[in-house]
Amino acid sequence: MTEPMTGTAAPRDNTAPAGDPPGRLPGASRENAVLRQVRDHGVYVAIGVLLLFNLLFTPNFATVGNLRLQLVQVVPVAIVALGMALVVATEGIDLSVGSVMAITAAIIPLYLGYGPWVAVGVGIAAGVVVGAFNGTMVAVFGIQPIIATLGVLVAGRALALVLADGRLVEIFDPSLQSLGNGTLGGVPVTVLIVAALAAVVGVAVRWSIFGRRLVAVGGNRTAARLAGLPVRRTLLVVYVASGALAALAGVVNTARLGASDPSFVGLLIELSAITAVVVGGTPLSGGRIRVVGTLLGALLMQLIAATVIQHDLPDSVARMIQAAIIVVAVYVQRDRGGA
Amino acid sequence: MTTLSTAGRGRRQVTPEALAAFARRAGAPLVLVLVLVVGTAAFGGSFAGPQNLRNVALDSSYLVLIAIGMTFVIVSGGIDLSVGSVFALSGVLTAYAAQWGSAAAIALPLAVCGVIGLLNGLLIGRARIAPFIVTLATLLFARGLAFAASQEGNKVYLIPHDLVLTDVGQARLLGLSTPVFVAAVAFAVGLVVLNRTRFGQAVYAIGGSPESAELMGLPVARVRVVVYVLSALLAAVAGILVAAQTSSGLPTIGEGRELEAIAAVVIGGTLLSGGIGTLTGTLAGALLLKVIQNLINQVGTLSSYYQQVVSGVFLLLVVLIQTGLSRRSAEGEA
Repeated sequence: MTEPMTGTAAPRDNTAPAGDPPGRLPGASRENAVLRQVRDHGVYVAIGVLLLFNLLFTPNFATVGNLRLQLVQVVPVAIVALGMALVVATEGIDLSVGSVMAITAAIIPLYLGYGPWVAVGVGIAAGVVVGAFNGTMVAVFGIQPIIATLGVLVAGRALALVLADGRLVEIFDPSLQSLGNGTLGGVPVTVLIVAALAAVVGVAVRWSIFGRRLVAVGGNRTAARLAGLPVRRTLLVVYVASGALAALAGVVNTARLGASDPSFVGLLIELSAITAVVVGGTPLSGGRIRVVGTLLGALLMQLIAATVIQHDLPDSVARMIQAAIIVVAVYVQRDRGGA
Repeated sequence: MTTLSTAGRGRRQVTPEALAAFARRAGAPLVLVLVLVVGTAAFGGSFAGPQNLRNVALDSSYLVLIAIGMTFVIVSGGIDLSVGSVFALSGVLTAYAAQWGSAAAIALPLAVCGVIGLLNGLLIGRARIAPFIVTLATLLFARGLAFAASQEGNKVYLIPHDLVLTDVGQARLLGLSTPVFVAAVAFAVGLVVLNRTRFGQAVYAIGGSPESAELMGLPVARVRVVVYVLSALLAAVAGILVAAQTSSGLPTIGEGRELEAIAAVVIGGTLLSGGIGTLTGTLAGALLLKVIQNLINQVGTLSSYYQQVVSGVFLLLVVLIQTGLSRRSAEGEA
């Protein structure tokens, strides 16, 4: 997003590296410190409250089956949100993720004849290509991310529908089924994939040079360029990562459903992913990233939906509650460098 | 920054600034004329005949209404993602309230959607939360409300046929449907408001630089609130019209409308960064999108999915050209 949209004249929190405590103002009062903790860890508190509520009031909530179901259901959003967090940290946004999922889903049945892993590979390669396209538009041509990826959002899903001829294709492949529905030591494979991805992204963000660049580019692009950082390359990598992760989410989704459905796969997932990122504590104004927070943000939204459904309230109520939570989460964070 | 770069390249006859400004102002209308000419040449009467053009006009009118509001919002430096949901909510409320007569069927959606716009405006203008996030939340909220009001989409409210609302809504004058006239009036009023009033100038000033606008003593927060209320009300009007046309209210309509409206505004030459843009461009942009979709329908062999492919590619091309031109006029800024 661009500065005029936030409309705040507050100085940017542009140097705080990921994971560091936001100890900005020396001598800030104790009260402020408490407030800061709430701001930073609001998503943990919210998840805790929601879990407690469910343990007390929702029958059969604390069963292994139910907890596993909640985790499995959050997987696609969590994977997409990891990539989205990288993009948002550079003050960008990627609206094309849902369409990338659809493209991948449409490609898999086309290449299944060459073996499942070839199909998966081609599907993910397509995500990389779309990500590279987004990245080039943003990094090289300087187009605003929201518009560049909006164009791909519109064109991408249609392209997927053209590829699949608008049809749902059922897939019977043992390898893909074990990827989508299998478990390893009682834990669903897809959940393990998310954990591994989160670990990789977390380490990259916190300890690699790339992570430092990412935050620098998002915090103050001009300063990053003047400091000699490879701004364009960093942006390019970020959008490619987001495209690849979205494609992976498409693979996981297709594998779990046992069907490729390009009309509906990943529809509106960009909104869920952005919500997870923002609720998790990564501000839209960039310069900061929270990996664990992002995962918890995704989980929080899933838990809200599950809680509402298990208490026999309609889906529409879940949406309205999620809307309120988004606003509250961002309002609480807003003082820090204009959320 | 502009003055500096002009001074540096003062000898050129056609400055890049002028070129960029020209492309922004006249690009969309020129391309629209071109597409119309090409379409007529290729398909003759089936495209340029009165029946088809009437359909394009009716189809465009809802988008034009929403895009007018979006232009105000984007020129002020914001964005409104909630319009598609508000559009659907308004349609559902119109059909729901029609049981109490036409006046209620118009008043209820306007009131509820006005409140949603007010909520957007207050959260953005007063509480200073990013427009993208606030309107993303109201996108969810309004859609939720639309579903809640129609028993999770299981209940479709039908509008009784003897109402003034449907009589007027489905009337035709000179072959054109009511929504076309409403959109035309909204466009004319919007043109005057944006260009000829103190409020319109304040919208431009705030989009150009909120800090300067504040220092000049402009009521920044109030103008922002009004802009979002305006956007929601226009989406509500579009929803009322669609309900009157179809005699029903469906909670599922309008998904992705916000993106279409943003695309129309951007194709029309309005910059997403705010402060620059015209309603004429928006009108041309909206018509362009709809004419292109219609043209693809004319090519019988292409599946309708290509409408979206072409729309997306078209949006990217326009933005690429715009950005290229304005970048040459403001070098040094990445």
